[in-house]
Amino acid sequence: MSYDNPLPVIDQDSAPYWEAARQGRLDIPLCADCGKHHFYPRTVCPHCFSDKLSFDTVSGRGTVHSFTISRRPAGPGFADEVPYVVALIDLQEGPRMMSRIETDDVESVQIGSSVEVIFVRATDEVTFPYFKLT
Amino acid sequence: MKNGRDPVIVGLADSALEGGRFVKQASVLGHCALVANEALKEAGLSMKDVDGLLTAGMWGVPGPGQLNTVTLGEYLGIMPMFVDGTNIGGSAFEAHVAHAAMALREGYCEVALIVYGSDQKSLRSRTLGGRPSVLNMQHETPYGMLTPVGGYAMAARRHMHEYGTKSEHLAEIAVAARKWAQLNPAATRQDDMSIDDVMDSMMISDPLHLLDCCLVTDGAGAIVMTTAERAKDLKTTPVSVKGYGESHSHWAISEMPDLAHLLPAAKAAKRAMEMAGVKHSDIDVTQIYDSFTITVLLSLEALGFCKPGEGGAFVSDGRIAPGGEFALNTSGGGLSALHPGMFGMFLLIEATRQLRGDCGARQVKGAETALVHGTGGTLSSGATVILQKGLQA
Ligand SMILES: [Zn+2]
Repeated sequence: MSYDNPLPVIDQDSAPYWEAARQGRLDIPLCADCGKHHFYPRTVCPHCFSDKLSFDTVSGRGTVHSFTISRRPAGPGFADEVPYVVALIDLQEGPRMMSRIETDDVESVQIGSSVEVIFVRATDEVTFPYFKLT
Repeated sequence: MKNGRDPVIVGLADSALEGGRFVKQASVLGHCALVANEALKEAGLSMKDVDGLLTAGMWGVPGPGQLNTVTLGEYLGIMPMFVDGTNIGGSAFEAHVAHAAMALREGYCEVALIVYGSDQKSLRSRTLGGRPSVLNMQHETPYGMLTPVGGYAMAARRHMHEYGTKSEHLAEIAVAARKWAQLNPAATRQDDMSIDDVMDSMMISDPLHLLDCCLVTDGAGAIVMTTAERAKDLKTTPVSVKGYGESHSHWAISEMPDLAHLLPAAKAAKRAMEMAGVKHSDIDVTQIYDSFTITVLLSLEALGFCKPGEGGAFVSDGRIAPGGEFALNTSGGGLSALHPGMFGMFLLIEATRQLRGDCGARQVKGAETALVHGTGGTLSSGATVILQKGLQA
């Protein structure tokens, strides 16, 4: 089955992150100088500007910081998914990331809801980290 | 303190629209050229006088629009010696005023022309589908957030969560804009609209309804700036640029430092007001970017007109509508007058018209000082300009 929605254009910064997701792990950069994680993956730490970074497998648990329910599709490929929840997730390890919350009841999502990562395959190359309520 | 090189707005123009579309047939660059000529002419200047060119827009990208001032300068037939193609979204023109002001003070140019044009309505080029999925956007676009409304919706929901702000508060902003638009013959939407109409309109991206969103129209506008010395001999009522500031924090909404508070707006406004030496109580008329209703509420708080969390109460009971105590977005704004994609140009034009006393039925009596604040991207950038009527000492 073909995938009709936008796919990430993977680059040198993001390749290890997407490869980990393909293997079912959430790996994000960790800075050896300041000890903080960040997201999205960069070559230089946005907290302390160090380049001593490595990818670290994180818990995949977090909370909903905010979200919106898309009542209309962002492009024709999303039409059969409406309504769907796009959310900002605060990971336990600190960084915030955008993702989707998979749920049968979009009204059940709240700011502060606990969530856990799930991996949703799109293509052979790309698997997305989505989240589900816990 | 008076300096002959203090920056002054001496010319402005915007294009006529009918049903949100350009009346006249011309390319987007043609519309830029027409409003440029008109703005220069009202001041008694011509294109030959222009040695500073500033523009931002979405035309010709990818392609000639990537070198926007170069393409526009070629089309106009000029060789400017100060150029600025800064694009920080819809607030770009407030930043352009700041940059032109510095160039004029420095003697780097004598007559600065700021131009904007968009034919997005005629082209039907507006989409909600998000940005190409490269670099930072590879981590957002694939998730299908409606863009940019989804980011504003997330900020609105966060503000509601932190402060108890309600959809009715946001609807007040849309209704006030419509009432101002009914006093502006050039406004695109003038039909009656109630709080219930906003609340009952289609939900686009929870919690923002269709009528929380700006219009999609064409539009072109131009502003001409020169020095106080030069302005003395020109034909229009001069409006002095007394203060300015700009900042930005993020492009991806996940990188916004605080979803319920506009940190760039706060920084920009603080600098602009300190530079101008004005307090909030000195401001007679305010123009704030209204891409969405929530943009106005967040901006009012960040600019210091009310405390964080008090924006909902501030806009209630018709306070920002005609006849209210706080004259805001007197053209009808992006919500009801026009929104060609980057509305910041039209905030400046309306503020200048108010200070000139040219606003007819919507004129704010005795307006001497105006605050203009643009927002760009997805609550990404903020840029503030303080304007005062006349050549200020
Ligand atoms: Zn670091």
